[in-house]
Amino acid sequence: MARLIRTEKEVEGRYTEQWVVVEGDDAIDQWPRGPGAVVGRPATRLDGHQRARGQAIYTADVQLPGLVHAAVLRSPFARARVNKLDLSRALELPGVVGAIGPDDCHVLQTEPGYHGAPVAAVAADSFARAREALALVEVEWEELEALLDPEEAVRQGSVHEEARRYERGDVDGGFAEADVVVEAEYRTQTVLHNSMETHQSVVRWEGDTLEVYISTQYIWGVRDAIARTLELPPDRVRVICKYMGGGFGSKNNPGDYTYIGIALAGRTGRPVRCALTRREENLATGNRNATIQRLRAGARSDGTLVALDGEYVNAVGWAGWSGPTYGPVEMLYACDNVRTLTHGAKLNLPPNAAFRAPGFVEGTFGLECLLDELAARLELDPLELRRRNHADHDLADGRPFSSKNLLECYRRADAHWARRDEVRARSEGPVRRGTGLASQIWYGGGGPPSYAWVRVGSDGRATVITAMQDIGTGSRTAMAQIAAEELGLPLDRVRVELGDSARGPYASISAGSSTTPSMGPAVRAAAADAGRQIVEIAAQRYHVEERVLSLQDGHVVNADGGSWPLEEVTGLLEDAQILGKGARGPNPTGMRVLTFGVQVADVAVDVETGEVKVERLAAIHDVGRVINPLGARSQVEGGIIQGVGHTLSEERLVDPQTGRVLTQTLDAYKLPTIADVPEMVVELLDIPDDHLTNLGSKGLGEPPIVPTAAAIVNAIRDATGADVRSLPVTREEMLRALAEARERERLAAAPA
Amino acid sequence: MLELRVNGALLEVPEPPVGRTLAETLRDDLGLTGTKIACAEGHCGACTVQLDGVPVLSCITLVHSVGDAEVTTIEGLRDHPLVDAFVRADALQCGFCTPGQIVSAAALVAADPEPTRERVRHALAGNLCRCGAYPRIEEAVLTWRD
Repeated sequence: MARLIRTEKEVEGRYTEQWVVVEGDDAIDQWPRGPGAVVGRPATRLDGHQRARGQAIYTADVQLPGLVHAAVLRSPFARARVNKLDLSRALELPGVVGAIGPDDCHVLQTEPGYHGAPVAAVAADSFARAREALALVEVEWEELEALLDPEEAVRQGSVHEEARRYERGDVDGGFAEADVVVEAEYRTQTVLHNSMETHQSVVRWEGDTLEVYISTQYIWGVRDAIARTLELPPDRVRVICKYMGGGFGSKNNPGDYTYIGIALAGRTGRPVRCALTRREENLATGNRNATIQRLRAGARSDGTLVALDGEYVNAVGWAGWSGPTYGPVEMLYACDNVRTLTHGAKLNLPPNAAFRAPGFVEGTFGLECLLDELAARLELDPLELRRRNHADHDLADGRPFSSKNLLECYRRADAHWARRDEVRARSEGPVRRGTGLASQIWYGGGGPPSYAWVRVGSDGRATVITAMQDIGTGSRTAMAQIAAEELGLPLDRVRVELGDSARGPYASISAGSSTTPSMGPAVRAAAADAGRQIVEIAAQRYHVEERVLSLQDGHVVNADGGSWPLEEVTGLLEDAQILGKGARGPNPTGMRVLTFGVQVADVAVDVETGEVKVERLAAIHDVGRVINPLGARSQVEGGIIQGVGHTLSEERLVDPQTGRVLTQTLDAYKLPTIADVPEMVVELLDIPDDHLTNLGSKGLGEPPIVPTAAAIVNAIRDATGADVRSLPVTREEMLRALAEARERERLAAAPA
Repeated sequence: MLELRVNGALLEVPEPPVGRTLAETLRDDLGLTGTKIACAEGHCGACTVQLDGVPVLSCITLVHSVGDAEVTTIEGLRDHPLVDAFVRADALQCGFCTPGQIVSAAALVAADPEPTRERVRHALAGNLCRCGAYPRIEEAVLTWRD
């Protein structure tokens, strides 16, 4: 029976209430803690060979008969008015099949508000020809004054939404009773996702149906957004993404490029590819926006936090959303008196987009660095300070956590933390070494609605079918493991068909660390439904009671010791199949579902050159049950490496005079390379969350990037005594912080 | 027509326009889409192929400059033990950079079957991976013959 449930849905910290339909029985007992036959054991990727051999077809590789290529004319100005646009000369170029401007497509703009905003587009028989044609588009630009300074924008009232204010307890009273108060201003930079596959889609009309091949994190979101915009019945939009080359939060919607492709396909009657170049990618596909954070913390001499105050300016850009930079201050510690004020500045800069734990990466940097400054003032061990302020429940609304093992993470961190005297002792000459740590809090509980089917054929093999996407995190493999475990099948007898909205049920977004906790329980429920049917068939065929039968190791096993190969039972079906259906049930009512962890970094700082090297990073996270320890480790390492880039090398630079983006290429924008990778130690507690779904698994994509910057910067302080307060830690910033520390020391030593 | 030696075969492609890159020819004319283009200006390594065994960036190599050099793409390395090593070590996530990583690594292990960690890092420093599979890539190359 279908059950209609009103439930709370969370994606990347944004909660909404919604109706979900749960069909069948999702309320299966969780598997016992520890590895099963397949789940909890390392599995190599199901699609590993296809990807490694270059046989996987990404959106970038889709070839269709008659395909034409779009190129987009983008504003070279941070703010401008298009007074005249003439496409006629572009249309005359041989090979050009169509051209559009703001009158033809709603995403093309007559008053572009950022460098890179789309203004016109051309389709031609090759991308080179389309770009050639762009040069023939005649535009009369009127450059307008750009607003680039986030603080100035807030003063002028150029903001995305009204300032967000939060307060609990009595903050001023808390500061009054504090023995120690520390305050500091922290800044984080704008960083770019730079997925290896640029944003792109291929669109074509197939009869009355629009087919959209797209590199996306959310097949169904793309389908619904396009259907709404075009006023089409949603099932006349088919969205396909079998393989995609990275997203990190930037590929959650159709994007301007898809609407440009659709408009050109309508105009030309041809399939259209609209693929961004790397330079466009670095202009117009979103970013982790810069922040300014003015923070204050008050504590008693024993370390108890009595007040926290944060004022945040999110430099959102021309469009986007003001992210939860305030989250860690409000949620991480047991402090009764907390106040935050958050502004989202609207600027003539490219729009932001979610980027792996948006807001929390930035906010954790500020809070966790401030906490170390506090620990220094209190002459208290930083790890001990964090233990003393551990939150046993959600301080904001009193809700219990569905599970929280942060203290266990701290306990395991002890071994890494205890090395710090030895690390410091390895300093030599100008190279100073030190150790720092930071805690992590983030969402990752996932939620309904999410659906899956499991088909079992007469050969005793199973196929998981669901229209989800595997964005490179290994979701295909994890889903296969879950189905294999439930059906008692070896992993090589389970396949996964995903990536096509016309060929499977609704599946949720792959963002907010939600794929495994949202989809996994639906897959398990579907496999359980198929398993029940197999048992029912076997009971009738062999005249035994259902309750004595179970599925193990490819067999239907009788409690008396007898067994039948699965294909003997399913073979009765001949060409027919068993179809199990499963749905994701709601999250536990009245509980807060979150992920936790701690990271410990060792760094080496050359105090003469300002060079910082991360030498070792230990990451301990509590994300519930781990489905695939092999893939999970890779996720954690990848998150840390992005965190190292965020901390040390990555920064989008903008000309402060014109607002033009200067770092558009991968030689100007410094991603980490294989040579920049520290030694990493990954420990996942692997303790199932008893209250969360039939799996007890939370998400893992984002937690590992959350504490990395703060852990590294706290290690820098441990090594050098310098307070870095701005990311990235360029040599310039490092030398500034060192000079400031020396000056502070000189003043302290000088006679009063 | 232009003749190219690709993965052991002599192939003909329609006379390419001046300025056409090897990457475009491989992908668009020969359908060898295993070679990826991620930046198209020689900064990321995704398009790496070998010319007579030497890794080159096919997105900034003009097809007219290839001459009779033997082009080896990922399609020519599908049975290389490095492929299994990459899967075994979980040395890929989204996989978009992976063919380029394997082509670079194959050239390395051909020249030095037992490379040191430092040598691996040096040889692959030009192959960017945004997912951060680097430690696993290093492991895969160090254990490629296991």
